[in-house]
Amino acid sequence: MTRRMRNGLWPAVAVSLWAGAASAEMRLNLQDQHTALGHAIYDLHTIVLLICVVIFIGVFGAMLYSIVYHRKSVGHKAAHFHENTTVELIWTVVPFLILVGMAYPATKTLLAQRDTSAPDMTVKVTGYQWKWQYDYLQEGVSFFSTLVTPQAQIHNTEPKGENYLLEVDNPLVVPVGKKVRILVTAGDVLHAWYVPALAVKQDAIPGFIRDTWFKVETPGTYRGQCAELCGKEHGFMPIVVRAVTDDEYQQWLAEHQGKQGGGVAAAEPARAVSPEPAAGAAAGAQVAAADGKAVYGQTCQMCHATGLAGAPKPGDKAAWEPRLAQGEATLVSHAINGIRTMPPRGGNLTLSDAQVKAAVDYMISTVQ
Amino acid sequence: MEAAHGHAHDHGHEHVPSGIMRWVTTTNHKDIGTMYLWFSFTMFMVGGVMALVIRAELFQPGLQVVQPEFFNSMTTYHGLIMVFGAIMPAFVGFANWLIPMQIGAPDMAFPRLNNWSFWLLPPAAMLLILAQFVPGGGAGVGWTLYPPLTIQQPMSMDLTIFAVHILGMSSILGSINIITTILNMRAPGMTLMKMPLFCWTWLITAYLLVAVMPVLAGAVTMLLTDRHFDTHFFNAAGGGDPVLFQHIFWFFGHPEVYIIAIPAFGVISQIIPAFSRKPLFGYSSMVYATASIAILSFLVWAHHMYTVGMPVQAQLYFMFATMLIAVPTGVKVFNWVATMWKGSLTFETPMLFAMGFLFLFTMGGFTGLVLAITPVDVQLHDTYYVVAHFHYVMVAGALFSAFGGIYFWLPKWTGKMYNETLGKWHFWLSFIFFNMAFFVQHFLGLAGMPRRIPDYSLQFADFNMISSIGAFGFGLSQLLFLYIVVKTITSGKKAADKQWEGADSLEWTALPSPPPYHSFETPPVVR
Repeated sequence: MTRRMRNGLWPAVAVSLWAGAASAEMRLNLQDQHTALGHAIYDLHTIVLLICVVIFIGVFGAMLYSIVYHRKSVGHKAAHFHENTTVELIWTVVPFLILVGMAYPATKTLLAQRDTSAPDMTVKVTGYQWKWQYDYLQEGVSFFSTLVTPQAQIHNTEPKGENYLLEVDNPLVVPVGKKVRILVTAGDVLHAWYVPALAVKQDAIPGFIRDTWFKVETPGTYRGQCAELCGKEHGFMPIVVRAVTDDEYQQWLAEHQGKQGGGVAAAEPARAVSPEPAAGAAAGAQVAAADGKAVYGQTCQMCHATGLAGAPKPGDKAAWEPRLAQGEATLVSHAINGIRTMPPRGGNLTLSDAQVKAAVDYMISTVQ
Repeated sequence: MEAAHGHAHDHGHEHVPSGIMRWVTTTNHKDIGTMYLWFSFTMFMVGGVMALVIRAELFQPGLQVVQPEFFNSMTTYHGLIMVFGAIMPAFVGFANWLIPMQIGAPDMAFPRLNNWSFWLLPPAAMLLILAQFVPGGGAGVGWTLYPPLTIQQPMSMDLTIFAVHILGMSSILGSINIITTILNMRAPGMTLMKMPLFCWTWLITAYLLVAVMPVLAGAVTMLLTDRHFDTHFFNAAGGGDPVLFQHIFWFFGHPEVYIIAIPAFGVISQIIPAFSRKPLFGYSSMVYATASIAILSFLVWAHHMYTVGMPVQAQLYFMFATMLIAVPTGVKVFNWVATMWKGSLTFETPMLFAMGFLFLFTMGGFTGLVLAITPVDVQLHDTYYVVAHFHYVMVAGALFSAFGGIYFWLPKWTGKMYNETLGKWHFWLSFIFFNMAFFVQHFLGLAGMPRRIPDYSLQFADFNMISSIGAFGFGLSQLLFLYIVVKTITSGKKAADKQWEGADSLEWTALPSPPPYHSFETPPVVR
């Protein structure tokens, strides 16, 4: 075993050292930034770091001096002072003033970072175990984005590619020079949408929608990862943003809308509810059919199972009969928009139209 | 002194059962302190092995050693065991040994409660370890236990929650004991402002513990009822909010950081004056700075949550409040350096660890300041930069301080002297390998490597390899520590009653080494 391990290990070490050296400069700082906000954050970090370095040198310079000149072995006799109000006051007030100095640029940058007003376009990002979904809300384009690195590379039976673990089937495509607002939410557990080169990180919280924004300066491909622990494939749901010129973006948009038949209908593809999350990161299972029973189990059954507030129970033919008479389309519309005591989408706003429809169809199937 | 020895023996033979029952039934603060310290070291080894599993997997890109589920479970239990099983009990061990001796009390105020506080720990530790072996394996959620992921976990999650309950109970009981002892059992003349700083730091820490452990207990109980009784505290579909858990958790979690750091400050404040042969500079400002840090620690919790999408006003408030902590923390560091200034310094192992603490803790403080700046933190949140930051504070801070404390008081506790050369080796190996393991993680985080991932892209390969080698070196160096301690106990040379020239608290000036089983049956009179 030892020999095999040794034989296997050393080439591996050599390869990874080489790969490391080849793939990147051993990067010591934040990634090169490609948004104005990113530059501001980069500079802010540099300023704070420099101030820290100066204080560090001051404090440990004094300590080092003490270590060299105030040691017993060179015969230094201990002084007996143990307080000095002036000095103590100075080193309380001066750091305070330094902090106020730091707070000013920090506040300015933070206010800019959180200003999501007046975007040129809005994309909704939904995190799932373990993939991302992008909905171009006004343009009517929607797709999933999953890891494409082959399992063989992850399990070391194939050499690793250049963008190992940072490559997806469908990247998010955005135009450069446009303020892109990102609405972030999640379908199951917490995730976080993080693209270092664009200075964007926003937690994705199931049941809530948060927003952030970026405006890319230069065309290119920017890679990031999920940054909030979300289960076993947390390390395998990367984010790829392709920033292109406006013309290219329009062309991409047209192709993509065309592919899905165009129009608003295409904005609501069936979503993966991922009842069996073990689908695997690289499996590339993109658009699974909405599972009505699963949606019912997650959301609808809270009221419908017990008939709470007059909700018709599955299997209760008498309660469903007058409703079925209105036709399936009406029932789906009521379920989406809410009716009487029923909240829109059964109170779970993360459900897509298709999922709601699937759940309604499931309930109807129980009385037919 | 000889008389004191004889006295101790009499007592020993009269009241102390022998063998295992001595330890099970003991109400003696010294025995209980010893048990806390050995328990803590055992947990340190268990948590350390988990850390090495993590670093072995991260040695190279690709999955080699473990599967992602197990990796996640390792990060979870490494964190929980190190925080609740290793570091906190270590300082409670110091408190048990030292507080009665430093304030001139015969024992802790509630000796039987003290026994129970300790004996709650082993069952809790067993639950945490057992969690690895139940169906479904250990919970892979991180020590922060964020829902909804926590809700999906197998039954090991419930074992973990119960373990946290028990550990919290132990901490609360221990704290009540410490507060009562310090406030009621000081020797005549030992005013609060004459107490050694170690006692002050523990008094403040104990209040923090009593205040926040119930909050954590509440949070994990809500997780438990969400898991089994459909309470929906943290489920949006039922009217709850996953972020609520984070607020409650960090309202506990931030003071927890100081619960770990403040007793460490206390140990350092005993060691540095002793080896500088000069009184602690700014004693009263140290007390006020510690109290300010404790109070501020309740007001900054959401700086762990800058990316959840709080209103910008809240982010601004938490940023300013967090930056403010730099002021009292700075005061402490300046005071320690001023204590060394114009002293008569020697550099025995405890002093090396204290200076190592000072150096590395300050680096952790600086990265803390970087992380306090909200826009910068949004870049660095949940990356290896944060991992590096809190290991500088927890390992280089709390752990180095604990090592320093052990070397400092081991001659007092055992009456025997450790091997100075080996002690220095232990320090330098720990110092170098620690930095090798964690300094490079700053670079990984800056470049965007998320934490808690079992595999990473190729740009992170070099630093991860360096970090893993450092981690293994650091882990193995601790076996040397075990050897040194065991060797001291079994065959150390006789230590002097006042082993350190500059030490001036009661355990050094009024008691022999080792101290009698029951010390200060008649209280000493302090000036």
